[in-house]
Amino acid sequence: MGNKQTIFTAQQLDAYQDCTYFTRKEILRLFDRYRDLAPQLVPLDYTSHPDVKLPYELIGSMPELKDNPFRQRIAEVFSEDGEGNMTLDDFLDMFSVLSEMAPRDLKAFYAFKIYDFNDDDFLCKSDLEKTLNKLTRNELTEDEVRMVCEKVIDEADLDNDGRLSLEDFQQMIVRAPDFLR
Amino acid sequence: MPSRTIGRNRGAIISQYYNRTMQLRRHKQSRPSIRDFSRSARPSIRGYGMETDSPDAEDTKRERLVNNLQNLSVSDRIRMLQAMPLSVAEKSELRRLTLQKERRTRSGSQIPCCSRLKYYIIIAVKQSWFSCLSFLHSLQLWQVALKTVSGRFGTGVLSYFLFLKTLLFFNLFLFLVVGAFLVLPQAVLPPVLLSANHSFSGLELLTGAGYFSDTVMYYGYYCNYTLRRHCSDEGGGQNISVSNGTMLACVSKRLSYNMPLAYFFTIVSAFFITCIILVYSMSKSFGQSFRIDKSHSILAMKVFCSWDFKVIKKTSVKLMSENICIQLKELLAEVNHKRVRNSCLQNLGRLMIHCLAWTICVAGTIACVLSIYFFSQYMRQDLKKRSNGPLSTQNPLLNEASLLALPVVVSLINVLLPCLFNLAAWMEDYESPTVRTYVAIGRNLMLKVSVLGVLCYHWLGRMAVDFENDNFMCWESFVGQELYRFLLMDFIFTLLDTLLGEFLWGMFSKRVLKRRRKPVFDIARNVLELIYGQTLAWLGVLFTPLLPAVQLLKLLLLFYIKKSSVMMNCQAPRKPYRVSQMTTIFITLLCFPSFLGASVCVTYTMWSINPSSSCGPFRGLKTMFQAGKRWVEDLEKDNPNLSVLARAHSYLVENPLFLFVGAGIFLIVIYFHSQVVDGQRKIIGLLQEQIENEGEDKKFLITRLQSIHELKRTTVRRLKSQDSSC
Repeated sequence: MGNKQTIFTAQQLDAYQDCTYFTRKEILRLFDRYRDLAPQLVPLDYTSHPDVKLPYELIGSMPELKDNPFRQRIAEVFSEDGEGNMTLDDFLDMFSVLSEMAPRDLKAFYAFKIYDFNDDDFLCKSDLEKTLNKLTRNELTEDEVRMVCEKVIDEADLDNDGRLSLEDFQQMIVRAPDFLR
Repeated sequence: MPSRTIGRNRGAIISQYYNRTMQLRRHKQSRPSIRDFSRSARPSIRGYGMETDSPDAEDTKRERLVNNLQNLSVSDRIRMLQAMPLSVAEKSELRRLTLQKERRTRSGSQIPCCSRLKYYIIIAVKQSWFSCLSFLHSLQLWQVALKTVSGRFGTGVLSYFLFLKTLLFFNLFLFLVVGAFLVLPQAVLPPVLLSANHSFSGLELLTGAGYFSDTVMYYGYYCNYTLRRHCSDEGGGQNISVSNGTMLACVSKRLSYNMPLAYFFTIVSAFFITCIILVYSMSKSFGQSFRIDKSHSILAMKVFCSWDFKVIKKTSVKLMSENICIQLKELLAEVNHKRVRNSCLQNLGRLMIHCLAWTICVAGTIACVLSIYFFSQYMRQDLKKRSNGPLSTQNPLLNEASLLALPVVVSLINVLLPCLFNLAAWMEDYESPTVRTYVAIGRNLMLKVSVLGVLCYHWLGRMAVDFENDNFMCWESFVGQELYRFLLMDFIFTLLDTLLGEFLWGMFSKRVLKRRRKPVFDIARNVLELIYGQTLAWLGVLFTPLLPAVQLLKLLLLFYIKKSSVMMNCQAPRKPYRVSQMTTIFITLLCFPSFLGASVCVTYTMWSINPSSSCGPFRGLKTMFQAGKRWVEDLEKDNPNLSVLARAHSYLVENPLFLFVGAGIFLIVIYFHSQVVDGQRKIIGLLQEQIENEGEDKKFLITRLQSIHELKRTTVRRLKSQDSSC
C-alpha cells in the first residue's frame, strides 16, 4: 500500500503493529485522536522520537473515558510516570489493551493493576472499598461496603492471606465469562 | 515468606515470558505431571525453583528472552510480543534487539537455493493472507453505528446487532455461492419459455407470483439439461438452448454446464459449509461462555466483572452504577438473611399458578397451530376452485392477493401470541430474572417450531402430493413463492411492530401514562424473530435460489430501522443481562432447531419427494438425488475405468450404513472430548485443594517463626537483664 504518511518511519509503524493489536490504519487514526487533544503540543513528525506528554486532564476529557469512574486509575496505570501524563506510546498501549482484540489474560493483568489503588501488588480491603465506592458512586452505606468487601475476600482469596493476589484475581476472572471491557 | 509471593515487576514478567517462549520452542510441557506428586506435595518448590528478583539476573533473563523470541516463527513472535504486559516502549526495545540478532545470524548462514524459494513462497502467501485479513477488518461494516448503540445501551443490545451482522454474512455467503453457480449460468443462457409471459403489475413485489414466476428467481425456470454454447460456426457464442437431454451432434464440446448436477451439488455444498461454520462458531462461543468450574464467587464477580466499559453516555453510566448498587444490595440481603421458607400451601399455590400459565401457553399454541392447519387446507381448496372455475369470472389480481392471506395470518400469530405469553409470565412469579428469560425463550421457541412444522407438512406433505396428482403447475415454484411471501410478510409485520410497539407505545406511555422511563428493548424476542426469518430463508434456498438476496436486503433495512427505533424510543435494560451466555444460546438456537430443521426438510425433499414433471432441473427423475446417480452412470458409460467410482458411489452414498457409521464416529469423538473435560475438572479440584493446603502451611510456618523469634527475644532480654543485674 502507498506509504503516504510522514508522521512515522516505516520501522516505527512496523514496531507499533507488532507490539499492539492495531493495524496501520488504526494506529494513524489513534495518532490523529491523540493530536486532536492538543494540536499545539503534539508535533506532526514523530520520526525523531520527540518526548511529548499530554497532561492527565486532556486524556481524561476523551469521550471514552470522560464518564468512566476509573479513568484516573487507568491513566495512571498506563502512563510512564504514574501520574496520568501520557506519551503516544502509553496512549497506544492503553487503547490496545482496552480494545476487543486483546486477550483476557492481558486485560485481567491490567485490571488488577487498575483496581490496586495503593500499588502494592495486592488487592487489600482498602483497595476493594475504593473500587466499590467508585462503582456505585458512593451510594452504598459504610456497613454495606464493609460487608461486601469481606464477602469478596472470603470468596476469592484462595491462599487465605486476607488479600487478593494476582493469581486469585486471575482465577476468579477465568470463572466469569462476562468479564467485559 | 516473601519469596513465595511473586511480585509483578518487570523481572518477573520477563522470566515468565521466557518460560512461555521455551514451551513454545520445545513444544513440551514444562509442568511436572500431577501424578508424580503425593497429595501434600508442594509443586512450586519441586518443579520450578524460586524466583529471585536481583537486578543483574534481569539482564540475563532479558538476553535469554530475546534469544527465545528470535527462534520463534514470525507470527508466534508477534503474538507473544502483543500479549506481554509490558509497556510499548519496552516491547519495541525487545523487538529491536531480536531483529538485530536475527539479522546478524541470518547474514552468516547459507540457505540452499530451493529452500530459499520455499521460504519466499511461504512469506508471500502469509503476507497476502494478512493483507486480506486486514482488508476485511478495514471494511468495518457499521462500526460507527455499533459504537453509538453500545455507548448508549451497553453490550446487551449490541449483541442483537452483532447477531444481525453474523446472519448478514451467512446470507451473503449463500447468495454468492448460489448466485455464481446457479443464477448466473442460467441467466446467461435462458431456456425456451413454455407458457405466456405475464405482465408486470405492482402486486408481484408482495406475492412473488405473476411476472416473477417465470424468472430466474424460482426453481421452475431452471433447465434439466446440460447448457451449452452453440458449437457450430454461426457467429459463435449465440445462446441457443437444446431440447431434452440429447447431445448436439457437434464436434467441440466446450463450455458445457450440467444444470441438474450443478443445482444439486451447489445446494448440498452450501448447506454443508454453512453447517461447518455454524458448528465452529457455536463451539467457540461455548468455550468462551461456559467455564468448567462451579461459580460460588458471585459477589466478587459482580464487583469486578459487571461494569460495562463500552457505555460512554453520561446518563447510561449513571444508570449502570445505580443498577450495580441495587444488585449488590440485593445480593447482600440474600446472602445475609436466610431464605424465608414458604409454607406448603404457598408452594402448592405457586405450583398451581405455574401449571395454569403453562396450560394457557400450550393451549394457545395448539389452538393457533390447528387454525393454521385448517386455514391452509381451506386456502388450498379455494385456490383450486378459483383456478378450475370458468375463466370469465376469474380476477387474476384477486387470485394473487388471496395468496397473501395465509402469510398474514401466520405473521399475526407470531406477533400476537408472545403478548399472551408475556401476560402469563406477568401472572407468575419467578425467583430470578434469568429463569424468566429462559422460560420466555422456551415458550416462543415452542410456538415458532410448531408453526414452522405445520407449514412444512402443508407444503411438502400436502401440496407436493396434491400438485403431483393434479399436474397443475410446479409445486416447487409455488412453495418458493410461498416462502418469499412469508419472508416479506414477516418483514412488514416486524416494521409495523417496531412502529406501533416501540414508537407509539413509547409516546403513549410518556404522554398518557406519564411514565418517566421509556420502554425497554426486548432482546430475546427480537433475536428469535431473526432466527425465524433465517429459517425461512434456509428452507427456501432449494426452491428459490434468489431468496438469500431478499433476506440480505431485508436484514440491511432491518438494521437501520431497528437502530433508529432503539435510539429514539428505548432505554437501556434495567435487569442484568448475561451477554456471553445469551449469545451462546442464540447461536445454539440458530444451529439446532433452525438450521437442523431446515436441512432435514431439504434433505427429505431431495431424498423422497418426486420432483414435478413439468418444470425444474429435476423433471423426469424419481427424486432429486437421482441427478448425482445419473451423472455417475454417464461417467461410467463414457469411461469404463471409472466404474470403481460408480460402485463406490452406490455403496457409500446410497447405503444408509455409511450414515450410521459416520454418526457413530461423530458420537465417539464427542465422548472423548467430554471425558477430557471431565478429567480437567478433576485436576482443577485437586489443584485448588493444594493451594488451600499451601495457604495453611504458610500460616503455620509464619506463626512458628514468630513464636521462635519471640522466644529468642525474651531469652536475649533475660540475659541482658541478668547481665545488667550482675
